[in-house]
Formats: sequence, C-alpha cells, structure tokens
Amino acid sequence: MAEFQTHEHDVIVIGAGGAGLRAAIEASSAGVSVGLICKSLLGKAHTVMAEGGMAAAMANVDDRDSWKVHFADTMRGGQYLNNWRMAELHAQQAPDRVRELEAWGAVFDRTKDGKILQRNFGGHRYPRLAHVGDRTGLEMIRTLQDHGIHQGITVYMEHTVAGLLKDGNRVSGAIGYDREKGVLRVFRAKAVVLATGGVGRAFKITSNSWEYTGDGHSLAYEAGADLVDMEFVQFHPTGMVWPPSVRGILVTEGVRGEGGVLRNKDGKRFMFDDIPDNYKPQTADNPEEGWRYTQGDKSARRPPELLTRDHVARCINREVKAGRGSPHGGVFLDIAWIKEKISNAPEHIKKLPSMYHQFKQLADLDITTTPMEVGPTTHYIMGGVKVDGETQMSTVPGLFAAGEVAGGLHGANRLGGNSLSDLLVFGKLAGEHAAKYAKANGAGQVHQDQVDAAAKALLAPFERGANAESPYKVQYDLQDNMQALVGIVRKEDEMLKALDVIEGLKKRAGTVGVAGNREYNPGWHTAFDLGNLLTCAEAIARAAVARKESRGGHFREDFPNKDEKGFGTFNHVIRKGPDGKMQLVQVPLTPMPQHLKDAIEQEKK
Amino acid sequence: MPEAVQRAAWGQTRRQDTWWVEPLIAFIVFTSFIVYATYRAFAGGHYWVGNYLSPFFSPELWGASPHAFFGNVPSWLPAWLPYSPALLILPFPGGFRLTCYYYRGAYYKSHWADPPSCAVGEPRGSYRGENSFPLIVMNLHRYFLYAALIFLIFLSHDAWKSMWFLGNDGHEHFGVGIGTIILTANVVLLAGYTFGCHSLRHLTGGLFDVLSNKPLRKKAYECVSWCNKNHMRWAWFSLFGVVTSDVFINLLSRGIISDVRFI
Amino acid sequence: MSKATFSVWRGDKSGGKLVDYTTEVSEGMVVLDAVHQIQAESANDMAVRWNCKAGKCGSCSAEINGMPKLMCMTRLNTLDLSKPVTIEPMRAFPSIRDLVTDVSWNFRVKKTIKKFKPRKPDAPDGTWRVQNEDIERPQEMRKCIECFLCQDVCHVLRDHQKHEEFIGPRFLVYTAALEMNPIDDDDRVDDLKFKHNIGFCNITKCCTKVCPEHITITDNAIIPLKERVVDRHYDPLKKLLKVFGPK
Repeated sequence: MAEFQTHEHDVIVIGAGGAGLRAAIEASSAGVSVGLICKSLLGKAHTVMAEGGMAAAMANVDDRDSWKVHFADTMRGGQYLNNWRMAELHAQQAPDRVRELEAWGAVFDRTKDGKILQRNFGGHRYPRLAHVGDRTGLEMIRTLQDHGIHQGITVYMEHTVAGLLKDGNRVSGAIGYDREKGVLRVFRAKAVVLATGGVGRAFKITSNSWEYTGDGHSLAYEAGADLVDMEFVQFHPTGMVWPPSVRGILVTEGVRGEGGVLRNKDGKRFMFDDIPDNYKPQTADNPEEGWRYTQGDKSARRPPELLTRDHVARCINREVKAGRGSPHGGVFLDIAWIKEKISNAPEHIKKLPSMYHQFKQLADLDITTTPMEVGPTTHYIMGGVKVDGETQMSTVPGLFAAGEVAGGLHGANRLGGNSLSDLLVFGKLAGEHAAKYAKANGAGQVHQDQVDAAAKALLAPFERGANAESPYKVQYDLQDNMQALVGIVRKEDEMLKALDVIEGLKKRAGTVGVAGNREYNPGWHTAFDLGNLLTCAEAIARAAVARKESRGGHFREDFPNKDEKGFGTFNHVIRKGPDGKMQLVQVPLTPMPQHLKDAIEQEKK
Repeated sequence: MPEAVQRAAWGQTRRQDTWWVEPLIAFIVFTSFIVYATYRAFAGGHYWVGNYLSPFFSPELWGASPHAFFGNVPSWLPAWLPYSPALLILPFPGGFRLTCYYYRGAYYKSHWADPPSCAVGEPRGSYRGENSFPLIVMNLHRYFLYAALIFLIFLSHDAWKSMWFLGNDGHEHFGVGIGTIILTANVVLLAGYTFGCHSLRHLTGGLFDVLSNKPLRKKAYECVSWCNKNHMRWAWFSLFGVVTSDVFINLLSRGIISDVRFI
Repeated sequence: MSKATFSVWRGDKSGGKLVDYTTEVSEGMVVLDAVHQIQAESANDMAVRWNCKAGKCGSCSAEINGMPKLMCMTRLNTLDLSKPVTIEPMRAFPSIRDLVTDVSWNFRVKKTIKKFKPRKPDAPDGTWRVQNEDIERPQEMRKCIECFLCQDVCHVLRDHQKHEEFIGPRFLVYTAALEMNPIDDDDRVDDLKFKHNIGFCNITKCCTKVCPEHITITDNAIIPLKERVVDRHYDPLKKLLKVFGPK
C-alpha cells in the first residue's frame, strides 16, 4: 500500500491565487490553523495575469458612483441570472477590500488629489477599476502573499489535491501529492476552502495557464456538491492570435479603455454596427464621442469597443467568419491611431507597459506604431460551485468555495474588473466562515478506504507504463473538441457530438500511462488533470445543450434570442446523481428584494 | 542552504557570446589610463601653454606656471622629494573615479574577475565584497564627490581662461582655439559625469521617500537622475576628455603640434 | 519548417548531463514551446516549471546558452540554431530534477525582511493621500515577478554561495520597494547592513542585465539603499552631526 504523510489543520485552503490567499489570511486571523495548498510556487497563481484592475465603487474619480450602480451594472452584465445576494455583497464590500489592500502595502496609481485612481472598463457605468498600470493582478497577489507569509499560515507549494475526504455528509480533509517529490499526503481538516480558479485548459485557445484544469469544480462535484451555470464560459474578445505559440494570451481591455479601437481588414470600426438595444442609451454613436469618453469626459458615452465581453467577442467572431478579419484570423486592435489626437501618444500608450513589452518581445511588434491582431480567447468560467451568498459554503457542509471556482456572482457574463474584487470579497467571506465552521464543528473522521481508493487511482498511470496511451494526446484531443464544438458559437448537434467525444475520451483517460518516477513528473500530473478537465468539459457541454437560448457568454446559433420568460427564470445545477452519472436540474431564481429591484430600475433610466 | 549545482571554474561558462570583450576593453583602457596618469604626475612639466592648463594639474597650487595660485614650489621642499603640481591634487579626482559606483562594478570585473562577466566562473572561492576592509572604504564615495564638485569650479575657470588669449597689445582678448574647445568639452563631460553621481542622486533627493512637497529638490533629483541614467557613458567620455586635454597640451607645449585659432 | 537541436540538462541532485533532442521549429516559437514539444514527443517525464507562458509569473527561469532567461520570453529567432541550444536549470539553487530547481530559500529569506507597516492614515476613512510622482520608485520595484533570475546570476550567491548571509538582488529590490514607499513607516536600514549584508553586493549589474521586467535593480534599488546605509553608518560628518547636532 502507498505511504502517506499526514498533516492536520483547522482549515485548508486549496489554491493560492487572490481568493485562496485572502481566505487563508482571514481564516488565520480568526485564530485557527491554516494550511494553504497550491499547485505552483507561492505567488505564481493565475491572478498575476489580471491586468485591468479591480472594480470597486469608491467614487474617487466620479462621485456619481455608488454600490447600487455597481450592483446594477453587475446584474445587467450577468443578464440577471446572478445570485443577487452575492452581487449585493460584492458591490458593498469591494471598496473596503481595496482600501485594506492598500493598508497591506499595495501601491495603486493615484488621482491628482492623491486618492486611488480608477479607470473605465467595459460594462461599468463609471470609472471604477482601481489599478496599477496594467499589472494589477500581480500587485494584488504580491500584496496578499507578502502580508500572508507573516500570518503563520503553513504553505504547501507545488502540491496537487486529488480528492476530498468526507465523513458522512461533511468534508473531513483532502488527499493530494507533492509535485516535487511525489509524496502522497493526507490533509485532515475541519473545513476546506476551494479557490482553484477556472477551467480554461479544456479549450485550445485560452488565456489561462496550465493550472486551470477545473480541479476545484471537479473535487466539489465528486464530493457531491452542486455546480451552477456551467454553460457560461467567457471568451475574452482580445487575445493575441499571432505568432501561434502565444495564441490566446490576453490583451487587456485597458487598451480599449485608453482609446484603442477595433477595426476589420477594411479599416472599418465595425463595433458601431451592432450595439444591443439595452446598451444604446449609454453607448456613443460616433467615434468622436467615444474618444472623449476614454479621455475622461463625463458627458460623453462610452465607445462600443467597451461593451460587454461576450458581445465584443461575438462581433469579432462575426467579422472573421465573414472574411473581413486580419491575416491571421483575428481583427485589428489599434491604439497607435491616438497619435492623431494627442501629441505624446507613445508615452500615453506606454501607460500599458506590460502590453507594450508583451507585443514587442513575443510578436516583434511595436504597438505605438502598429495595430495588434487580436481574437477571442477562453478566459473565464462564470459557472462554478454553487455557494450560499452569505457564507460561501457549498451544498456540502464544511466545503467552501471562492473566486472563479465559485458560481453565482457573475450570472451569464462577468464584467471586466469584477473578478479581482470577487476574489477579495468572497475570499474573505469564505475564510471567515470556514474558520467559524471549523470552530463550531470540530474534526470529522478520515476514512482509510477513501484514502486508499484515491491513492490507487493516483498511482494507476505508473502501473500502465509508458507504452499506454499518452496523457498529452488525450488532453489535446479534448481541447480541440471543446474549441470546435462547445466554443463561442454553439449548436445543438455539434454539442451532442462533443458529448459523444467526451465519453470516448473518458475511456481513453482511464488507459493513459506514464514513464519515470514520481518526482516532478509532468506526464503524471497531466494524466491526473485529465479527469478534472473531462468532468468540467462534460458539465459545460451538458448545461450548454440544455440552455436553448442565447444569453451572456452562452451563444446558440440555433436559438439566437434571449428567452426571458423561460430560460431567464432559472439556473442550471449539475450534480453527481446516485447512479454516478451527471445530473442536470433547473433551479428557479430566488426573488429579489424590492430595494435591489429599485436599484436596477434606477440605472435603466 | 544545501549546495547548488557545482561551482563553475575560472572562466567556465556556457555563454556563447563574446562575453570577454567588454572586460578586456575595460582592462586595457583603465590600465593605460592609470599608467599614463601616474607617469604624467611624476614626470610633471609640459602641462601648460599660455592660457591653457592641463586638467591633470589643475588646480595648480604651487608650480612653475603662471596658473599657480601660490607661486612657485616652496624652496624648503627637499629636492629628493618628487614633486609635481599633479601629485597634490590627482588623488581626489582619482579617488572619485576609483570609488565611483560605475567604475567599481566595471573594474571588479575587468581587473579582479569577480566575476569576469555575468554567469562566468571565478578564479577565487573566498569573497568579502564591500562588506569589510578594504573595500568597505568605498562607502566614502560622497566625500570624493564633494572634492570633485570643487574641482569642477577650478576646471570651469580653466575653460574660461582658455577663451582669453594674451594679445600683442598686452591685453587679453576673447578667442577660440582647439585647446579652448577641448578644455570646454572636458568640463562639460566632467560635469555630466559628476552630476550623474549616484551619491549626488541620493543627496539631492534619493534620501527622501516623498519629493512632491520639495519642488527644488525634486527638480535637482530629476536632473541628477537624468545624468545618472547614462553614468557609464559619461564616465568613459569624460575619461577620454581629460586624457585628450592633457595629451593635447603636452604635445603643444613640446611644440610637436600647434594650436589653431578659430576666433 | 526546420529542425533545431536542444541540449537539455537531465538529472537531479545526484548529478546529470546534457541530452540532445531535435525537434521541429516554426515561426514565433519560444524556448518553452520547444521544451514542451520535446516533452510531448520524446521525453514525457522531462521536468520543467512553467505557468503563465507570458512572462508574467516568473516560473520558467533557466539558463539558455549560459545566460539566465525566462524560457517563455526567449524567442528562437534570437538564438543561433545552427548549433545546439543549451537549456540548463538555474545554478544558484539546488537541483530537484531536470530544469526544476529548489527555490524555497527565496521564500525563507523574504520572511526575514520586516513587513510593510503603514504610517497613520491621512484621511478619517483610513486612506492615504499620495502623489503618483512619489510612488514611481516603489512601483518600478513592484514590477518584480520573482523569477529569481537576478538571484541566479548574482555571483555572491551563484559562485560564493553566501545564501546564509546575503539576501540577493531580489530581496534588495523588495526592501527598496518597502523603504521608498511613502506610506511605509518602518526602518530596514540597520537590517540591510548587519543582517542582510548589502555590502556583499559589488554592483557588477548582472542582476539588472537579466531582469525580464527591466527593473534597473542596481541603479534604482541597490545603490540608493547602499547610500541610505552610508548615511546612517559610514558618513563621519553625519555621525558627528548626530552626536552634536540638534536633537
């Protein structure tokens, strides 16, 4: 039998991005012992990729902003499928979380009077994103990391969690392994917080790193928790498309916020052609007004390039499919044009230093003189573990989730900038309530049979050896499948085909083998990730087949319209059925209290 | 700390570029400069021509030229003692360069191979850096800076004087010769080098965390930072500046070349 | 399409050697792409640490043709592909396997540096008023992605193994960001001299040269800190002033 090392904590947090770190800090300051487990080194999590900023209605730049406006923006962006309680808490608490970050050492860009500067972003009515150039995510994770290391948190770097342990209904810990040495570890815990991020690696073109394999979604699912709204995957409109090796890497929305415009190969700003009715009153109808908006003119309306991500992504997709795209299958994002408007354009553009270097170094292209080629890239999953809005606890007692792995806040589509604030607000709540749960409930039993079963599954690929199926091959096939059949524009027959393919891939995943030993063996890691990716892929495809309408990130060619009376009234919940098969049910939305309805109505005017 | 991948031997590296060129050039140039400057300081002589004075010998405290501030060499000085006006003053600009943050980094590589170049193995295992004697004295760089700033005044005065030529009428007349240009350029280069000094950058503003409420200091800090950005270039060009000045005057004084007057 | 050969260091702490792999290269590829391709084609178990593949996380540090670089930001067209390209792990840290090194020392060192301590807030709501021009210096330092390439190239660590005494360029940058932050109130100057031994740095600027974020480590972080140490500990005039000057 496999050997284990056992570790004991009151709370373990799985994932050390923004949400995980924030949860760990909160839990440990509540006085419980905390173990923080992450797949990478500390501070390398995908949060570093976030560029634009974190949305918080601090009203530092425009005093008309308030939490109610932020709430209404979030709900409208999410097409009203959001968990309204989460949206409310998020809008209310985000400003405090940002200020707290500053008190922990974050160095934000400033307004003229010395306050935290806020910038415009798609779908946000007022300038709302606290930021640091275009590396806000890095600033956030470094601040949390540097604060967290002095909090007495035990960090398990380069560890993968392979399964949750349960005692009856509740969680009692987790089993995993150390990626460096391959040592199997059992973590006993009174409460577990999932903060594992998303599942972008299920797709071929993605802005996500290798870590984004849906571990948390899959762990929760296997532990019997509900997943909500898995069909809603966000495709960021602007990823790099050339050269091939960097395809998918994000080009921040900040480029458009600073005046960048989208053009097709004929030089036309095609975004003016298709402005959805519900955004018409707030969107500029001519380039001049749009330009003034990006320059801080409060009377101007925002340019259509800053419409919600789902919409912009689809417009780009349409241009490319109609043959009006750029040479490498994208469209042009042009920030260099602003030299017609302002004299110091290159300096202005270098306000986006990471973007400047990214293109200079990876694509050999100077964005101060040449337009970029961009196209949609898989970016974020709105769906995730269904949690209680107040406590972030999933439907499994003692299991909490925060950040991208949790579903609900963003509904059918996430606004840019709402992710970083999501991490902080709900990371804190999850940490707080996990600590509370741990204090109130004591430890559950760890059952050896669960540990043994998990270990056996983990080590199986070694027994099959190098001559069996290659895990990389299966992963590539899955990515191709999801990209082609469950991507940005979806059709019933294609998705049904995708589900068939997934069934086949599941069988193949059971036969993959790896060579070598357990020490830092990437083949082994990939073999294990496959299971998680497949679970998530299946959940996404099943929910997408069932939602026969178009809404937010989910666009159906065969049902191009929204269906407010039908599909607009419930969420999709996915759980593991008693037969071990994936089950999908409709759960009606809970009615919204009057004051929140009023807040939304107010903003519609 | 558990031991790393084994230590590289002297000069061992997997670098494929010509990493040894830069330290080699620095070695040749710095060494030549030191040899030349030492020779000139001890040899003395041929350091002035009319209104031109070599920067190696300025300020001339006691000396034979009309540029001397306090007249000729004191007679009580024992004859066996080597004397030239340069010996008295050269330690200051020399020390300024010796303790300069740029030169330190450069000659630790070129003259001490510590390291020979980035990611290239070293000859010695032991290392004390600037953490203890003798290199700890590098921390006195700012005092050499003070001296260098004072020297700039003298050298500016020399440059000014190089614009005034004694005419046949016994009066001084404004003029520009090759020497004027060289001596003026020399001061400009030395100023660029001195005003880009890391210590000066610290003293003007670097020591404060907040400068927005100190507009004068902020301006000064920005100016010094501007020069500091190219401190290495200033260091090299000003080095050539002083050598060129001295060589020119030396040759002029020996009558090997002659000056050209433009004005 | 053409082929290129990569000599990749394979081994662990007990030793290892360069192994040649030949693979197809295409336009725009970076070294990390080549490594991944080799991993998928012929060396499934080749260990490499990477994450974002966009130069933002600082995981894929290695030595390419002898120079410390991020594999994800080194385009193949910047290398001479007519001879084998060597890819080795960082030398300043112990090997784990293949291209992966044990960088945990860095995380331990960071803990020894006094953490951020804010001064009293400027506004009743607990916030501070700071000018952009005053945070340019800490912001430059905070661009650091902790790839530890500067630590790797620093000869004090790489060749002289002063890991126990010297914190290395990364943490001098970290200290500089804290010391120059107008909101921070703590003092790390004595620690710099006595505990973190900033004097070991002999300003050969290799750290600045390899920084993928183009932080001017030596000129903007280390030397300003050295000068602050001089202020406190080496400047005789300042010492005199301290004794006799106004309290």
